[in-house]
Amino acid sequence: MRLTYALPLAGAATLASFAAHAETITVATVNNNDMIIMQGLTDEFEKAHPDIDLEWVVLEENVLRQRLTTDIATDGGQFDVMTIGTYEVPIWAKQDWLVELDDLPESYNEQDLLKPIRDGLSQDGSLYALPFYGESSMMYYRTDLFEQAGIEMPEQPTWEQVEDWASQINDPDNGVYGICLRGKPGWGENMAFVSTLVNTFGGRWFDEEWHPEINSPEWKEAVGFYVDLMNNYGPPGATSNGFNENQALFSSGKCGMWVDATSAAGRLYNPDESQVADKLGFAPAPIAETPKGANWLWSWTLAIPASSDAKDAARTFITWATSQDYIELVGETEGWTSVPPGTRESTYENPKYQEAAPFADFVLNAIQTADPTDSTLKPSPYIGVQTVNIPEFQAVGTQVGQMIGAALAGQQSVDAALDQAQRSVDRTMRQAGYYD
Amino acid sequence: MNPTMTKKLLLTLLAWGIALIVFFPIFWMVLTGFKTEGEAVATPPSLFFEPTLAGYHEVMARADYLKFALNSIVISFGSTLLALIVAIPSAYSMAFLPTKRTRGTLLWMLSTKMLPPVGVLMPVYLLFRDMGLLDSQLGLTIVYMLMNLPIVVWMLYTFFKDIPKDILEAGRMDGAGTLQEVLYLLLPLTLPGIASTGLLSVILSWNEAFWSLNLTTSDAAPLTAFIASFSSPEGLFWAKLSAASTLAIAPILIFGWLTQKQMVRGLTFGAVK
Repeated sequence: MRLTYALPLAGAATLASFAAHAETITVATVNNNDMIIMQGLTDEFEKAHPDIDLEWVVLEENVLRQRLTTDIATDGGQFDVMTIGTYEVPIWAKQDWLVELDDLPESYNEQDLLKPIRDGLSQDGSLYALPFYGESSMMYYRTDLFEQAGIEMPEQPTWEQVEDWASQINDPDNGVYGICLRGKPGWGENMAFVSTLVNTFGGRWFDEEWHPEINSPEWKEAVGFYVDLMNNYGPPGATSNGFNENQALFSSGKCGMWVDATSAAGRLYNPDESQVADKLGFAPAPIAETPKGANWLWSWTLAIPASSDAKDAARTFITWATSQDYIELVGETEGWTSVPPGTRESTYENPKYQEAAPFADFVLNAIQTADPTDSTLKPSPYIGVQTVNIPEFQAVGTQVGQMIGAALAGQQSVDAALDQAQRSVDRTMRQAGYYD
Repeated sequence: MNPTMTKKLLLTLLAWGIALIVFFPIFWMVLTGFKTEGEAVATPPSLFFEPTLAGYHEVMARADYLKFALNSIVISFGSTLLALIVAIPSAYSMAFLPTKRTRGTLLWMLSTKMLPPVGVLMPVYLLFRDMGLLDSQLGLTIVYMLMNLPIVVWMLYTFFKDIPKDILEAGRMDGAGTLQEVLYLLLPLTLPGIASTGLLSVILSWNEAFWSLNLTTSDAAPLTAFIASFSSPEGLFWAKLSAASTLAIAPILIFGWLTQKQMVRGLTFGAVK
């Protein structure tokens, strides 16, 4: 009984998708705030382009990444627009999995895209994805606690100073911890932060011959500093804190300082979501030996898979969603703090945005000082600030992240954890054929 | 109080305790769905608050719940029906006409459940791509049917084995063919067992998330994909996620509640010999 109508239904669905394929495009995206706003503006797009219908697949970041990788690696053709990060774009472009985006319309104003972001999405001078929003990392702090302790924030803080300040404002009895940092293991979680810390302490992931340097003195110093700092002045159970958990802690007044994504600024500054909106200070990410690679660079981008059969309609959509007009539209309908940040110079020149977002200059500066091609003190063979843009990095980064997580939890010493991480990364790189 | 009374009281308390522990996460999820995002993450968590439908409103505004729910219903019931059609004859032959290899075949069937599904994701994806089954209800129905088949065959086999052969033989003496034997004797006698097997298969298909997330896009996406779109690594989402989850389990919860009697009867069927 059930089957008798299940079969024709399934058949009809397949037919329908065939007939409508000329104008329906399937957009796969992450369910972060900015993308939900984009989904909410579907009607605006369809009004302007009546010949194109949008179909949305919205998934959580990790699920989406797995889903898209399966589809693109098998040439499945299920999606016309994919939301991917700066890490995937160069790797996928090299595999010829993405449509090259040359001759974009003049009105798109390609030169307006922030240079570090644009460079990260280009291969041999052509763009392979368009940036939807971009971010770097910076420091948030509580101006009230700093005033009480008589601390003045310099233009460029150092990690040594941060440790000193953390000791002064740490007050666990009253539920305030000196500093909150990521501890949840994962290449996009704790390792995004730890990589920038290692960079600024003068370390690097690989030497010029692709041999890992995880147990080098720089790594040991950086990770040792991180573990001590968190054990002395961090919140309990830091190994389960990722971006989201730390944002909840900081916005409920439990942290004196927090170094993390610039994209948190809008939410921390919004009194509806944050109890510290009126006592929020911003500063660049702290540095140690070198300013190089001290703050990361990431962007969520829209790309067209080579397997799409509606490439023109897809291109129309992604140029719309990453255009100056789109940013204007979000500003007018959702408020200027909600516009997708970190992609266009014009956003930062806009007086309405400057007025609504006092953190705009810090964000712009952070993004512009991040250089994925030159992020380590000693020369390195790879591109990426907090990532190494090779396919093996997801596995490698997560392995190392777990071992550093174990050191943070006190299950093993920092030296032992890094020695073990070194052996594990060495094995992966050898197996992948980087050296014999 | 005499010792038997004390024992009874302790057992009652224990049963209540376990029931509450099992029920608590569901209760908390339903409760969280009616909170604001701020209240949902508040520490200490609040038990008393002003309920709001904001989470539900947003969930309904962002996704077409009915479409997802209809997909879930068609796919889970469709796959269960298919599985029963295939499993009843095979369980019949194993229970009443066993050979030397029956035991081995049964164990081999079960062993397919020990393979992690992700191990065959790529080949299945490629097959589905070439057959045009990606993002179709039919494709997911077939996968779920195959996924649940070992369990369905096993359960039916144990239920069928409890039927004395003599009853079927008596039927045959009266001139019943194999088909009549199955339809008029075996099935009515084991109906509670078949019902509970079917219910289990429906519930397993309803809750399956790996294949449904990987093989569907939008047209055939069931409720598991609906839930997956509300958890997020950025921003607050617990109230919305709880509201979405409550909506997703509501149909199967109501269905399970209505059929509770058959379930329990089927699961304890033949337990006392």
